[in-house]
Amino acid sequence: MPSPDLSILIIDENRIRASIIEEGLREAGYARVAVIHDVNEVGRTIAQTMPDVIFIDLENPKRDTLEHFFSLSRAIQRPIAMFVDRSDGTMIEKAVEAGVSAYVVDGLKKERVKPILDMAISRFNAFSRLSRELEEARSALEERKIVDQAKGILMKTKGLSEPEAYALLRKTAMNQNRRLIDIAQSLITAANLLGP
Amino acid sequence: MSLPHLTAGFLPLLDSALLVLAHELGIAEEEGFTLGLTRESSWANIRDRTALGHFDIALVLAPMPIAANLGLTPIATPMIAPVMTGLGNNAITVSADLWARMADAGAPGDLAAGPAGQALAQVVRSTTRKLRFGVVHQTSSHNYELRYWLAASGIDPDHDVEIVVLPPPLLPEALGAGGLDGYCVGEPWNSVGVASFGARVATTKSSIWQWSPDKAVGMRSDWAEQNPDLVAATIRAVYRAGQWCQDSANHLRAAEIMAAPAYLDRPVEIVSRALTGQIDGGAQQLSIPDFYVPHAGAANFPWKSHGLWYYSQMVRWGEVGFSAANAAIAAATFRPDLYRAALAPLGVAVPAQDLRVDGDRADKHAVPAIGGTIELGPNRFFDGQIFDPDAVEAYIQSQATA
Repeated sequence: MPSPDLSILIIDENRIRASIIEEGLREAGYARVAVIHDVNEVGRTIAQTMPDVIFIDLENPKRDTLEHFFSLSRAIQRPIAMFVDRSDGTMIEKAVEAGVSAYVVDGLKKERVKPILDMAISRFNAFSRLSRELEEARSALEERKIVDQAKGILMKTKGLSEPEAYALLRKTAMNQNRRLIDIAQSLITAANLLGP
Repeated sequence: MSLPHLTAGFLPLLDSALLVLAHELGIAEEEGFTLGLTRESSWANIRDRTALGHFDIALVLAPMPIAANLGLTPIATPMIAPVMTGLGNNAITVSADLWARMADAGAPGDLAAGPAGQALAQVVRSTTRKLRFGVVHQTSSHNYELRYWLAASGIDPDHDVEIVVLPPPLLPEALGAGGLDGYCVGEPWNSVGVASFGARVATTKSSIWQWSPDKAVGMRSDWAEQNPDLVAATIRAVYRAGQWCQDSANHLRAAEIMAAPAYLDRPVEIVSRALTGQIDGGAQQLSIPDFYVPHAGAANFPWKSHGLWYYSQMVRWGEVGFSAANAAIAAATFRPDLYRAALAPLGVAVPAQDLRVDGDRADKHAVPAIGGTIELGPNRFFDGQIFDPDAVEAYIQSQATA
């Protein structure tokens, strides 16, 4: 059962990822979700929103700043510690592997926090997967452009058809035990050097 | 047969050099393992990923494993520190504006801790705005030496100034942007502040406490117990990298390696300053040969007494209570026994004692060692205090009433 009364703060320099997590938490019924992109704003935000759970991405170099802030008792009324329960190694491990760390106010019951952690971890993982797929798609597109350009050079200089040009690239790559894209790139470089 | 592979975490600091050189110079392979280095963005990540086993070993702030063993950190996995990555390497750097006021108050610019501290105290007394200083972590040599310098100069670190935490690479820019008046950090981040943000080095760690410890190679206790041969190989590799790095003939090559994008990603000219001891303080150029000591004077030896000194400062600043049990935990974090055993095959002299007094010697001096004697460096604190590891409680009390 979600605990919609819990206040959650997300600190992430990556705005897209922060909004994906925020959206996930809101869909799950958590209405009190705040997002900041800079740790420097944390003092003011904590005073305003009194968060029960705080997430920060692990790439954030100001994680040490945040922890120091929590350790200053005068800065906050309620002590905040990392994760729910020190003994819950699996949860901590899952979070760190997903690239997120969670801080929870003292005394909050584990059962109330777990669904929030699960949600954030799964959204972090989904975001990494999407980023990876996007990167792969982008480089695949780049590679296709290079191969097309190399085919064009062969078609023009050797009077080959498109399938013949492609077959020649592929055969050369196999004979030299290199990747097709590398052969295509070499061909373009050579053509630029030798070209008019 | 392929060699066992160790993953090591580090932060971009000059004293990561001994791990980097162990890898780059092939010393690790000679000792029977390969080393993969991962640059991290925060000490919290180093701590968590070492505790979780993502890193087998890591460059750690020497007080970090003590804090873990005392249960002060979120994931309190027991840790050990069997080898140190050198002495010194830190400085306290201030903004051009603060420096101008310190100079008006009589700071001579020779980087000596005493006069610079007196001048700062005058500035602090005559300013209504609280000065803000940055350190890299709460449980760090940087925090403790900045506080030591301030307190011994008559400035209360908790009330007269504000101390905030920022990771090393962000400190120079934060000072340049006016968010900080000064910071205490390891190289190259003082030199970066001087070169790029008009900052001035106010004093150095080597002046606050001569030839004093800073960082270690840390690892989980259970991992160390399960992999004694790899622990010994790591100690030997760090020791030998330190030996190579200490030789002035290698300083330029070491600076070139460390300057690379994967490590410090800064110009060789900046990186070489601390290695050669040719410090550009902004106000003056100074030669401080022992600014960073990677190996000489048993620099890699993990003195249990240094663990106790860190513990005394944790108590002094209210991070943990004093008890004989806590002191024993702090001392036991440093493992000279593993260090001696690992170096036995090299036939080199290693200190015979686990504890030493600090603050009592202004000169280099020989102490009994296994395999002869070993020369230690000077060890004075700038205020003349003496730390006796057999009287930690009295030391803490003397600082509380000071």
